[in-house]
Amino acid sequence: MDIREFLKNNVVVLDGGMGTLLQKAGLRPGEEPELWNITHADTVEKIQRSYFEAGANVVNANTFGANTVHFEREKLEEIVKAALETAKKARESACAPQPKFIALDIGPTGKMLKPYGDLEFEDAVAVFAETVRLGAKYGADLVMIETMNDSYETKAALLAAKENCTLPVFVSNAYGEDGKLMTGATPAAMVAMLEGLGADAIGANCSLGPKKLMGVVEELLENASVPVLLKPNAGLPQSDGEKTYYDVGAEEFARDVALAVKKGVRIAGGCCGTTPEYISALSQELRGVSPVPLTEKNITCVSSYTHAVRFGESPVLIGERINPTGKKRFKEALREGDMGYILNEGIAQEEKGAAVLDVNVGLPEIDEKAMLTATVCELQAVTALPLQIDTADTAAMEAALRLYNGKAMVNSVNGKEESMRAVFPLVKKYGGLVVALTLDERGIPKTAEERVEIAKKILATAAEYGIAKKDIIFDTLAMTVSADKNAALATLGALRTIRYELGCHTSLGVSNVSFGLPVRDAVNSTFFALALENGLSAAIMNPHSVEMMKTYYTFRALHGMDENCADYIEFAANMPVQTAGAAAPAPKTEGRSGKTELQNAIIKGLREKAALLTKELLKESAPLDIVQGEIIPSLDIIGKGFEEKTVYLPALLISAEAAKCAFEEIKAFVTAKGGESVKKCDFVLATVRGDVHDIGKNIVKLLLENYGFNVLDLGKDVPAENVAEAAVKTHAPFVGLSALMTTTVPAMEETIKLLRARAPWCKIIVGGAVLTAEYAERIGADKYAADAMETVRYADDVFAQING
Amino acid sequence: MTGAVFVRNYAAPEWDRREILRYSSCGEASAEVEALLEECIAESTKALSYKVCFAHFPVNIYGEEIDLGFARVKSAALCKNLASCRYAAVFAATVGLGIDRLAMRYARTSPAKALMFDAIGSERVEALCDAFNAEIKAEAAKEGGFTRPRFSPGYGDLPLALQKEIFRVLSPEKYIGASLRESLIISPAKSVTAIIGIGKNN
Repeated sequence: MDIREFLKNNVVVLDGGMGTLLQKAGLRPGEEPELWNITHADTVEKIQRSYFEAGANVVNANTFGANTVHFEREKLEEIVKAALETAKKARESACAPQPKFIALDIGPTGKMLKPYGDLEFEDAVAVFAETVRLGAKYGADLVMIETMNDSYETKAALLAAKENCTLPVFVSNAYGEDGKLMTGATPAAMVAMLEGLGADAIGANCSLGPKKLMGVVEELLENASVPVLLKPNAGLPQSDGEKTYYDVGAEEFARDVALAVKKGVRIAGGCCGTTPEYISALSQELRGVSPVPLTEKNITCVSSYTHAVRFGESPVLIGERINPTGKKRFKEALREGDMGYILNEGIAQEEKGAAVLDVNVGLPEIDEKAMLTATVCELQAVTALPLQIDTADTAAMEAALRLYNGKAMVNSVNGKEESMRAVFPLVKKYGGLVVALTLDERGIPKTAEERVEIAKKILATAAEYGIAKKDIIFDTLAMTVSADKNAALATLGALRTIRYELGCHTSLGVSNVSFGLPVRDAVNSTFFALALENGLSAAIMNPHSVEMMKTYYTFRALHGMDENCADYIEFAANMPVQTAGAAAPAPKTEGRSGKTELQNAIIKGLREKAALLTKELLKESAPLDIVQGEIIPSLDIIGKGFEEKTVYLPALLISAEAAKCAFEEIKAFVTAKGGESVKKCDFVLATVRGDVHDIGKNIVKLLLENYGFNVLDLGKDVPAENVAEAAVKTHAPFVGLSALMTTTVPAMEETIKLLRARAPWCKIIVGGAVLTAEYAERIGADKYAADAMETVRYADDVFAQING
Repeated sequence: MTGAVFVRNYAAPEWDRREILRYSSCGEASAEVEALLEECIAESTKALSYKVCFAHFPVNIYGEEIDLGFARVKSAALCKNLASCRYAAVFAATVGLGIDRLAMRYARTSPAKALMFDAIGSERVEALCDAFNAEIKAEAAKEGGFTRPRFSPGYGDLPLALQKEIFRVLSPEKYIGASLRESLIISPAKSVTAIIGIGKNN
């Protein structure tokens, strides 16, 4: 029998702890329990049999840590084979009558995934895939992924299970006392991601006793439409000085877990510290308890690696700024691979109140798949907001969805056969909330009715792919009202019908409506208010638009969504003043210091002020004059102070950041005018392979950029090959290498050797805590720089000589 | 009771601002740097957690080799440190991934803040080790014993490779969310492993 069949009408009882019992039988601390499948098969079988006899429906094979991180491939096969044979023997020899299943148990690898650790996502998938294939080969009835404390690793394991077998998959996470995973995910976020990926059951195990896990269980039950699993510890380990014990006894444990079953948990057992006695007590307690029926929760949501964002409660703001359309500066950043600029756009929108970030990095001349996946991964390292993957390239879409840590929003599908055929299989496989545009082969219909017809067609086709209504959000397409006076009415009409008659959520790219009109913000914000009143659930918009934010906060306050108008009041208190005409006067020289206002702002590290003053200066001065006359002299003053040790590193950095803000204004001004920004030359920069310290490298980058170098930042932990490749490709005259650990200096030497062979023209500058001038010379560098200023001075001098 | 792993969670130990400035290579702080420091402390407070997992092991010394029950390691410096100790508390401590996330968030956008978060993390994890160490010391004293200064893999001649054995026996991945990289450094970055020798007064 398939366990999913059994689960339909029964509460499933799981087994209890294995590790604690093996330790009692003689397993030493640090010894791998999986080896006991081979060396002590009888002991393992005896424990498993006693779990079946205690009433368990499912017993885990002893494969928790059986993976290629811990074992060689051949050894692994031997272990998994022995583990399943042993579990089967236990099942055959047990005389208990209940239906009995054997699970392939999959625990964490013990490695942390990138960007926080060193395991690549796809490598993690490959590790789990190997175990899953073996488990299926040797006859497991289901896959039990458990004790995972990181959402990303959980995704890797579940994806591997779905791709490499057809068995049912139960997925359980270890939540801490704060009710979250170690890497931050809430139960709601985990449900969003795991249901999307096709888990057959979702749950919580390990870490705490049943009472302390009740909050987590309730949140799981509130969000999950699939069965919920609970497998707590026997409380927390205690010591009486002689031996250790867990502080929740079998009877109390059984009562608490049975209570959770009465609330709706469908699969229950025990984890660390529990024994056959606990499972026996639990089976007794559950005798005659009928399972709570499953209900479809119909929650429309997306998630990140920390939280879920629900649609339908309060309007969801989706930041639209990560998109090159109509933005010269953004296009330039994409062409230059300036990830810092893109990340800044994300962070700035988050600070303004966006709840989701749209990510569109498509440009004809760049490799969109590579750029999109890189941007998604980098954004997920700097912001916890869920992302909306926005691309017309389905290969790029799939790659991004695969790597995304959470349940993404997908932008977009439409009523064309071709579009649905390409996008729906991806949404089905990876999960996601897909934006559906109400257009098809015939184009965008003029009337609301026709748009609703397309929506119905999209829903019907989605259902054929197994995609539920809740995972589709309709965009009824805002059209230009200046071209057709009824354009907005058609959009709003379709919106209302889809929201209230079809019962689906809706989203709009609001700003199209005002195209070609003056004071577009006024039109946009009023249209936004009308759309909200007609049932709009989300808007793709610019969170920097004060008018749009006014509408958002006002609408929430007027619609009973803002307790005591607290959010509105806070927004109003911080509302930016309209700056038109009220700008600062032209910079003047200040009294005794002889410095200009801009210079003072940079020296003091005032970022906003430096940007504002530069903007003002640009009205009357040439960009180059501002750089030469204002910014560089201030940097020189502070840099000199640093060299003379009257200014310390943090002060140098805040000045450099203020200078960067000034430069950013100049760059935006120059690109808007269609000019090229002035750059000295390329400078390739990297922290060498094996080293993950990048603070020093980032400081060097900031200062080099301030002094006009075009820095190609390859990041940290960079293989020699990649550094050489970048130097050859750009023909950069400079390469800067950083290493902070004695163990990574050899990697630096290796990189230098390769550079000498492949890019003999370049000057190599090295730095980092463990280096000295002598050592730098020995490994063949051209220059040892003790700090960022020294790097800048050296590069400036050499550059002047070359171009002299 | 040796070998069993325990977990302790701590409230934020007292902040030492001078120490943070020292870690960020800052002798004297200007008003602007002071403001930055306060801003970063406020921002990091919610992101920090203070967790330790540890176990006690017997100590047996054979010449320059120490047998800790779960590993045998050669180190003259550790032998000297643990001489006269019967037990050792072996622990892993971390202030969590949150501070790494902050440092990462600002690495590209504000190196000044990234530097501050790095310094804050260093000060915080040391303060956490101090708090745990003080408890172990007090617990030893209650039973008429003493403790030795804590000693980490990588200090003196104690091989960094001992990290692997410590991770195998303590499972900090599971208990405090810290894992070991191939390069033997720990993720989250602001994590420490160490050994505290425990002896009895005669």
